Amino acid sequence: MLTRLLSGDTPRSGLLTALLLIVLISLAFAPFLFPGTRSLETAARICIFIVLVASYDLLLGYAGIVSFAHTMFFGIGAYGTALALSTTGPGYGSLIWGTAAGAVVAAVFALAIGLFSLRVKAIFFAMVTLAVASAFAVFVSQMSWLTGGEDGLNYKIPRELTPAFKLIDEKILGVRINGKLLAYYLVFFVSAILFLVMLRIVNSPFGRTLKAVRDNAFRAEAIGYRVVWYRTTATILSAVMAALAGSLLAIWLRYTGPATTLSMEIMIDILLMVVIGGMGTLYGAVLGATLFILAQTYLQTLMGVAADASSAVPLFSTLVAPERWLLWLGVLFILSVYFFPSGIVGRLRAGRA
Amino acid sequence: MAKEHPILETQDLTIRFGGHVAVDGVSASFERGSLTAIVGPNGAGKTTYFNLISGQLSATSGAVLLNGEAITRMSVPERTDRGIGRAFQLTNLFPTLSVRENVRLVAQAKARKGFDLFSVAESHVELLERADHVLAEVRLIDKAEQTVAALPHGDQRKLEVALLIALGSQVLMFDEPTAGMSVDEVPVILDLIRKLKSDMDRTILLVEHKMDVIRSLADRIIVLHNGALVADGEPADVIALPVVQEAYLGKAPDTSETAAAPEVA
Repeated sequence: MLTRLLSGDTPRSGLLTALLLIVLISLAFAPFLFPGTRSLETAARICIFIVLVASYDLLLGYAGIVSFAHTMFFGIGAYGTALALSTTGPGYGSLIWGTAAGAVVAAVFALAIGLFSLRVKAIFFAMVTLAVASAFAVFVSQMSWLTGGEDGLNYKIPRELTPAFKLIDEKILGVRINGKLLAYYLVFFVSAILFLVMLRIVNSPFGRTLKAVRDNAFRAEAIGYRVVWYRTTATILSAVMAALAGSLLAIWLRYTGPATTLSMEIMIDILLMVVIGGMGTLYGAVLGATLFILAQTYLQTLMGVAADASSAVPLFSTLVAPERWLLWLGVLFILSVYFFPSGIVGRLRAGRA
Repeated sequence: MAKEHPILETQDLTIRFGGHVAVDGVSASFERGSLTAIVGPNGAGKTTYFNLISGQLSATSGAVLLNGEAITRMSVPERTDRGIGRAFQLTNLFPTLSVRENVRLVAQAKARKGFDLFSVAESHVELLERADHVLAEVRLIDKAEQTVAALPHGDQRKLEVALLIALGSQVLMFDEPTAGMSVDEVPVILDLIRKLKSDMDRTILLVEHKMDVIRSLADRIIVLHNGALVADGEPADVIALPVVQEAYLGKAPDTSETAAAPEVA
């Protein structure tokens, strides 16, 4: 049953299984294990980014396609939901059609980009995605009458998903059972389902064919696979998944703007998360996203503590000053790529034998 | 598909790269169940001729017919679907995947299951069985779990043949299948090719340099020289020709000699 749910793609390493279980349990019980707004925000962000990073790995790790348009698809999903909620009111109807519209638009964009540029060299595709994504970001910030421009959109979501809605009056384990909690579990379960769907896709005959195309597109053609169609389909699937992740973010934040969805910074973060976790394995997305977002959120705090504790040591305390957290994130990234070139998952699986 | 069509035919097949004519008006037809060796010195256009038939290159002029149907403008996968199978001179496999997975992918392509998104690949037992059956035939079954990149060269050549067997095409094209193999491995490959021809009635085209291999396998030899077909006939007759003697017994002929060479063509 469990193997079926995981599509036969078990972690195949004791330590990896343990780590994944820790992440799963922490996320599943995050509101109770780590009370507080900030930790809940972080947990929801991890859930959403697991989907986003996994969908990027579907493209980069499985199909071997480098795209810089992933945040554009993420943004299309988020803006779809945001626009529907802000224009037609905070109902479930608008939430659903906005999300669906975002996914459809993302799919159409992906199809167009794919057919237009996947026939040619990989570098050309990467450049086209970069150009289209930049143009899209400019477009969104210019269309301020519709998208709110750089300020983005604030909107209401269905009341049952907001803190104002109380399910029961008493607290359970010191946690208020309110709409925010429901919203978190919506994010958690939808993310989990999307992840399992992607796990199935990469282990399907289609997913296996993608790996063949990545390994040797020339030979894949010669045994009868129409490579362009496989690449285009992978691009579309990955775009739709990214759009759905964007919709989750839009619901969770009740705000959508260029900085939270479309920025090149997020694109780079996604790329780093895939590489740190391990390309070509969706479990890498889980670990990559979790570690990266934890570091992003708590490294600054941690360094603040370290700087205070070491204020007597002159050079060291300057180095670990909280404002230098990006430097240390960079150092961590370089170290992880140096020591785990095949990512954390690749390293753990190799160490099994 | 009338009976009188040869299974494969090239008519005046030509490709130009700028001013250079790599394959120059080659017309030949191939009967079902025949094994034709294509020989010629380096740069004669043998591999280019293969690429024109299997679709990696598009002809400048002329036609390729499979069972009488023109496939000249078709893409590689379309030609593969219609029954042309190709193995390559340089080993050309899926290096990070396992040996079994390489063959399974071929079986999967043949079963047209590549676009199946929602079943688990491993649940298609018939594809795995097919892969193992072929691997047993080429004696690679013990190494089924290994990653292709880690295989010794000879085993990679065997796997290359295994992919063609799994593809089960009507026309099978081998480009120097024994290149770089150790002496004791060569007969294994030759046996496999012989079996494909006799037991399965496949039509086989073979680019090969080793005369002993050609003698033991081919029932016809085609000689290409500077892209043109200069000789075509029974192995014994063709081998006796001066142009073949020159190409295989030392001194390579230069362009001025070619005009004098062909007789059988």
